[in-house]
Amino acid sequence: MHSIVHAALAAATVGLAGAALAQGSTMDDIAKYREMLADGNPAELLEAKGEDLWKKARGPKNASLEQCDMGLGPGKLEGAYAQLPRYFADTKKVMDAESRVVHCMVTLQGFKEEDVTKNWFSKPGRDSDIEALVTYIGAKSNGEKINVPARHPEEARMAKIGEQIFYRRSGPQDFSCAICHGQEGKRIRLQELGNLTTQAGAGTAMGNWPSYRVSQGAVWTMQRRLIDCMRQARWPEPKYLSDSVIALEVFLQKTASGTVMQTPGIKR
Amino acid sequence: MTRTIARIALAAAGLALLPGFAQAQKNAPNNDITAQAEQVFRSSFRADNPKYWMTRLDQDEAMRLCSQYRDNPPAKLRAQIEKAQMATIRYPVEGKLIGDWKEGEKLAAVGTGGHIGFIQPDPPGRLRGGNCYACHQLAKKEVAYGTIGPSLHHFGKLRGTSDEIVKYTYDKIYNSNAFTACTNMPRFGLHSWLTPEQITHIVAFLVDPESPVNKD
Ligand code: HEC
Ligand code: HEC
Repeated sequence: MHSIVHAALAAATVGLAGAALAQGSTMDDIAKYREMLADGNPAELLEAKGEDLWKKARGPKNASLEQCDMGLGPGKLEGAYAQLPRYFADTKKVMDAESRVVHCMVTLQGFKEEDVTKNWFSKPGRDSDIEALVTYIGAKSNGEKINVPARHPEEARMAKIGEQIFYRRSGPQDFSCAICHGQEGKRIRLQELGNLTTQAGAGTAMGNWPSYRVSQGAVWTMQRRLIDCMRQARWPEPKYLSDSVIALEVFLQKTASGTVMQTPGIKR
Repeated sequence: MTRTIARIALAAAGLALLPGFAQAQKNAPNNDITAQAEQVFRSSFRADNPKYWMTRLDQDEAMRLCSQYRDNPPAKLRAQIEKAQMATIRYPVEGKLIGDWKEGEKLAAVGTGGHIGFIQPDPPGRLRGGNCYACHQLAKKEVAYGTIGPSLHHFGKLRGTSDEIVKYTYDKIYNSNAFTACTNMPRFGLHSWLTPEQITHIVAFLVDPESPVNKD
């Protein structure tokens, strides 16, 4: 109840801050309304829903996700998100938080992958279980240091592939990730871009996700964030959970390693 | 030294055992990471993207070299790219390079157009603008400008309106890489993102003394 009131309040303040933001500078305003929302991020509602989904017996196998191994052992969630993506011996793949949760919903609960991923992101009037679960799992790494050393050869390979993709230019605007995110202190229109090739820049970019996006009125996961950047680059649409998005995540998390997570976040 | 080599050899042996790696290696001769990245990237898109969307991932020589050298190619390649890009520039039929700055003002501000995919595509036929404000300051009254490129406020006032400046401005917008290989600025004419006529309007917006770029 308490948090619902907070969320309503938060939504109201966001409306105001959003208007101010449209005109004023960016970082100052964001800092300001982060403060306003500090104890009432609407993402907290989703976090609570994610906890329910994690603990409730569901699916054809009528099982909960409590035995899901997010990388630190079955059911161990504290700090797990901050150490993803990582190599999983059982699937022989490097997986991020989202692909791992989907894997658990399929193997432990018996859902079909196509059914689970159909609503991988929410729309007005259409909730996403994945968003809720990932917000819950992410929050279990709040205050933890990002730690993706990418020492396993397959992780190291994915980090290198991610780095290659980061600089790969294509499309009718000649874009790559680097042209928007490869320099210090740049912005596009009024949006600060950040230099994702430095530890501090990558830390700021990665450490707040999943994040409530004020401009979207919804929580976005990292997959959602990166798939939208590819849309902005005017590329075709990647598959959800595709290897190139995971490779980019490994590269960025490796670069961000050592910085502290603050999630669920709140963003423009 | 020997220890490092041994470690690399061990790592390589370990890699060969991983199924994902073996698969990538089959498609990637020389175990080259660029080739592996290319394979991973290309296979990461939804199967229902139409073919004519997928061609957007194809790279021309300039894109390929810029990616390879992370936008910082050695001097010789740089010159080679610039020369080849210069040769792509086409001019409007009537040959007049200065159009209507008012039209140019609109085009410089439009940031929509060209978004594809299934989540939030632009509706078909949506106006495709130059989106110059994404990266440049232009007219003083527009405060929501980006900083990836230099400020172009007072561009004409500072550079003048000589034939050379007008042609340079047209050429730069048509194919930015003709002057700066691997610049962050798109090649608007080369990709037919803007028509030659539209480019002449934007040229006018930049150089015309009456345009708000120069007047205020
Ligand atoms: C055309 C410019 C553009 C391109 C190209 C682009 N992005 Fe972005 N990116 C943005 C913008 C704009 C934002 C949101 C910033 C904001 O809302 O303040 C963003 C946000 C992000 C964020 C979150 C940053 C944060 O602070 O929360 C990450 C991570 C990111 N992009 C990664 C990428 C990657 C990886 C690629 C390449 C696949 C890419 N971007 C391509 C413009 C771009
Ligand atoms: C994605 C960012 C981006 C966009 C969009 C962009 N530019 Fe640029 N532009 C740059 C960068 C970076 C430079 C500096 C490097 C160079 O010269 O290419 C530049 C340079 C220029 C120059 C040369 C300035 C000089 O001092 O000679 C002109 C003229 C120019 N841009 C005009 C435009 C116009 C007009 C548009 C819109 C049609 C536009 N740009 C869109 C990034 C961009």
